[in-house]
Amino acid sequence: MMKPGTINSGNVTAKIAPVLFGLIVLITILFFTLPLLSLVLRLTPEEFIAAIMKPEVDNAIYLSLITAAASTLVVVLIGTPLAYLNARVPYHGRDFVETLLDLPIVLPPSVAGLALLVLFGRRGLIGSHLNDMGITIIFTIFAVVLAQVFVAGPLYIRQAKTAFAMVDQSYELASRTLGASPLITFIRITIPLAWTGLVSGVILAFARGIGEFGATIMVAGNLPGKTQTMPLAIYGLMQSDLTASISLSIVLIGISCIILITIRVLAGRSL
Amino acid sequence: MLKVNLQKQLRDFELKIDFTVNPGEVLILLGINGSGKSTVLNLLAGLMNPDLGEIVLNDNVIFNSGLKIASLPEERNIGYVFQNYALFPHMSVFENIAYGLKMRKIPKDMITTQIQKVMEELEIAHVSSERVTNLSGGQRQRVALARALIIQPHLLLLDEPLTALDPHAREKIRLELREQLVASNHPAIMVTHSIKDAQIIGDRVLVLEKGVVIWEGKPKELESGVSVPDLSNLKCECYEYRDFGAIAID
Repeated sequence: MMKPGTINSGNVTAKIAPVLFGLIVLITILFFTLPLLSLVLRLTPEEFIAAIMKPEVDNAIYLSLITAAASTLVVVLIGTPLAYLNARVPYHGRDFVETLLDLPIVLPPSVAGLALLVLFGRRGLIGSHLNDMGITIIFTIFAVVLAQVFVAGPLYIRQAKTAFAMVDQSYELASRTLGASPLITFIRITIPLAWTGLVSGVILAFARGIGEFGATIMVAGNLPGKTQTMPLAIYGLMQSDLTASISLSIVLIGISCIILITIRVLAGRSL
Repeated sequence: MLKVNLQKQLRDFELKIDFTVNPGEVLILLGINGSGKSTVLNLLAGLMNPDLGEIVLNDNVIFNSGLKIASLPEERNIGYVFQNYALFPHMSVFENIAYGLKMRKIPKDMITTQIQKVMEELEIAHVSSERVTNLSGGQRQRVALARALIIQPHLLLLDEPLTALDPHAREKIRLELREQLVASNHPAIMVTHSIKDAQIIGDRVLVLEKGVVIWEGKPKELESGVSVPDLSNLKCECYEYRDFGAIAID
């Protein structure tokens, strides 16, 4: 019998609890790391190098890097003014616009792909006019970029808006009173002060773009050497050449690791 | 010389002011928090636009609602020392002070000479290459003043420039600031809620309440403020300078 007021630490539950806790933590960590680890361990370095030398793999890596860079550039150019507007000007309907812009983040990529197909297809609202002018977007490299911009843009705009909102407006006002125009103030004061957040946004957009699959396959197809980016090639090669498919996956894991480390370093610096 | 006659509808009241500041004169705007003092500075600097009225600075109309004239802040050549100083945190002391001169396309060697002179006068030359985030409160205040003065402004605006300082530094800088303002010979307007600041730094005082001037006079007359019932009402029991809710008598 226990004395009243004492705690029975010898209880079986109290002994099992830490073990159970540790086990759950271990299983969780293994669940998220083991699949990726098994991919990396599946190939020898020689097999990996031989696989990424293959033209179809090479093409996919090249196409992915080019399109992700292009879509990131487009996202920055079209997203920055809107992000700044949303951070600084409390206009009517701002919440509505922001919600609309967040939609592509939560939408299934296949819906995004279908929507772009309907808009830019030969009989689409914009596509039909472009078709009249002899311009085709669907199933070209432009469609790859288009799909990436559509899904990655909102991530950048969201991040850039937060970065701009965190810049104390008194710095911008001080710059104006010292003789700088709004544009010079934006370039010399706002952008440098929001820099870390903006770069994080760029990296996130690039990561989202380079990993894009669902929308791309619907609007750009899966044409090797033309529209087949790394994620599409992984899917396409899976049955015919598993080694190549795994090698591409390892490349993407490497890129993702670099992206995550960069964001961590940037976040640490801004603290 | 500055002539001001303005109206601006604010959330809780209408700001209505009419005053003149002569060259070399330091006008103090005294009042409790929310009385419209800082808004007056923002209207003068062009960071906000009045609804009605006119601002004439050195015979130039920089705002006139009837004539639809409203110069941009960057065209007014008005020096502004913000309450938090608003020193650019990504720049050094030198770069902060040089900013306004660069915007005026002044040659590099002239910028260096001018800044060196001002920094020596304000005893901040030894921190020239420091990031402003590494400075003490007093040093920041001097950098902010140097940055505003070096552009040779037609008018100098100071928004509670001593509030961010500890009591010891405040005592010292208060006297220095008075000397600097007298030496600069620009018309200046300083917003404060401290009667002592007003007495030591100012030449003339306007007391604002809900957007209108309720008392005007010489700083020394504040001492005998009992003769003005409204002003004596403002002299609350707060001795803590940092209490933004009221005028402090520290």
